[in-house]
Amino acid sequence: MSNQPLVLGIETSCDETGVGIVRGRTLLANVIASSMDEHARYGGVVPEIAARAHLEALQPALTAALAEAGVALDDLDAIAVTSGPGLAGALMVGVGAAKALALGAGKPLYAVNHLVGHVGADVLRDDGTAIELPTIALLVSGGHTSLLHVRDLLDDVELLGETIDDAAGEAFDKVARLLGLPYPGGPQIDRVAAEGDPRAIRFPRGLTLPKDLAKHRYDFSFSGLKTAVARHVEKLENAGEPVPVADVAASFREAVVDVLLTKALAACADRGVPRLLLGGGVVANARVRQVAAERCSAAGIELRIPPLSLCTDNGAMIAALGAELAARGRTPSPLGFGADSTLPVTSAQAV
Amino acid sequence: MLLAIDTSAGTSVAVVDRDGGVLAEATEFDTRRHAEVVGELIAACLDESGIAPHGLSAVVAGMGPGPFTGLRVGIAAARAFAFGAGKPCLPLVSHDAIAFERLGGLAVATGSADAAPATTGTATPLLVVTDARRREVYWSAYGGLDEAGLPVRIGAPALTRPAELDEAVSSSCGADFAEAATRTDPAATTVSAGALGMLGETLFANRRPFAADEPLYLRSPDVTVPGAPKRVS
Ligand SMILES: [Zn+2]
Repeated sequence: MSNQPLVLGIETSCDETGVGIVRGRTLLANVIASSMDEHARYGGVVPEIAARAHLEALQPALTAALAEAGVALDDLDAIAVTSGPGLAGALMVGVGAAKALALGAGKPLYAVNHLVGHVGADVLRDDGTAIELPTIALLVSGGHTSLLHVRDLLDDVELLGETIDDAAGEAFDKVARLLGLPYPGGPQIDRVAAEGDPRAIRFPRGLTLPKDLAKHRYDFSFSGLKTAVARHVEKLENAGEPVPVADVAASFREAVVDVLLTKALAACADRGVPRLLLGGGVVANARVRQVAAERCSAAGIELRIPPLSLCTDNGAMIAALGAELAARGRTPSPLGFGADSTLPVTSAQAV
Repeated sequence: MLLAIDTSAGTSVAVVDRDGGVLAEATEFDTRRHAEVVGELIAACLDESGIAPHGLSAVVAGMGPGPFTGLRVGIAAARAFAFGAGKPCLPLVSHDAIAFERLGGLAVATGSADAAPATTGTATPLLVVTDARRREVYWSAYGGLDEAGLPVRIGAPALTRPAELDEAVSSSCGADFAEAATRTDPAATTVSAGALGMLGETLFANRRPFAADEPLYLRSPDVTVPGAPKRVS
């Protein structure tokens, strides 16, 4: 196998069925089928609906990815699949399918970590800048909010902190619902916040008080923020006053963005790492990117944001990790690995 | 030559041959380890039978009925293996494999010594009942085997509470059938991929159609449509 292995990656940890194909660090295909619309009326991802959708979407996505990459299944050097963390029932579809695909096609299989995959996505940027390590990585989506210290993409990833209650993306969904905005909440909050004043209301920043920082320096909490927004809205409604939706949205968004970047930059400073990488669907949020750019520039920290199509959950980032593993001659994963919804973050290869 | 996969109860995988019968079969009865074991079971069956993926003519998938989380893993695996090997994936109703085995069709198809040819083409009412969890059962009704030794399903797979099974079967297949039919014990009825595979071979041999390519969940996803946001103050 050359150091430019051709690898197909399968991702089914949440509500996107992703199949990507890479050759080494070159992206060849990134096919994503999302069941997001089916979850809209429930205001959040319904695990069973997501899992059913994966089963139906997987084979069409495989066919489309091979066509997009212009390669045949036979040409592949390896297959990679997300084994966790994520929704158990959803992960199982990808894991079962990937094992059978690997056996049917006679290819080695790598079980990889979804969160490390978000970091791995950065190797696929087509601007010719290679990922530099070490880096701090802030991964924010509807399913996770995690802060990592990555010293080696494959073998040395440290989880610094994560959310102790809701994921940031979930908080966006819940606050959107409170404000009568549809699902998914992120883009909706972003849209109405554009007209609002982010300093209109001072919402709490979770786990940022000195007493919390002792134990949760890099952890996040958004449940108190969500409750504070609800209380604020109810107080106005009880008083018969109109709710300034734009101001509430902007102030809420500011609180989330503030706490995310304050903690990420603290990690950069504490660890002496002059680099911050963003990943996850919440990166689509314009204010997240803007504040990240301002604060990183002020602190002399290099900010890296992969293209949005590689930030949301996708199979290409899983394939990218598979290609790194194959290029470094790693032994493929034994066939008995499972779908691990709480897979810890330590290395790219799950087993 | 077929690879058969069924995860409607445990995880069962087999390689079968029309002439040679069940060449290899491996089953894990644990109903929570489908994704974990399915790869090893496929590899073991290919190994034991000495058949390479390209030597198969198709893959058959048990479409249930079965509890959704596990059922889906086998279907995903069957489809993906078929895709990887460049072979068709053919769906079958898992209960048909149980009936095929219980009514003697499997014995006829594999030419085993205790085969009872008299059972083909005769009426032998059988009610296949399997565990659906959550205090419910799946059931399918069979009139017997036809001339080709294939089970004749007269009541479609359905989901019911055990206490309502009699009524459901009576209203669908008649009180006489409900009374006369032998019932399988839901606590002890699993699907053999060997039987599923040989059912597939027998359908092939007789140019019969396969089942619809849809998982038989027979149960809606667990969801709650949210009402207005809860008040916090
Ligand atoms: Zn993710």
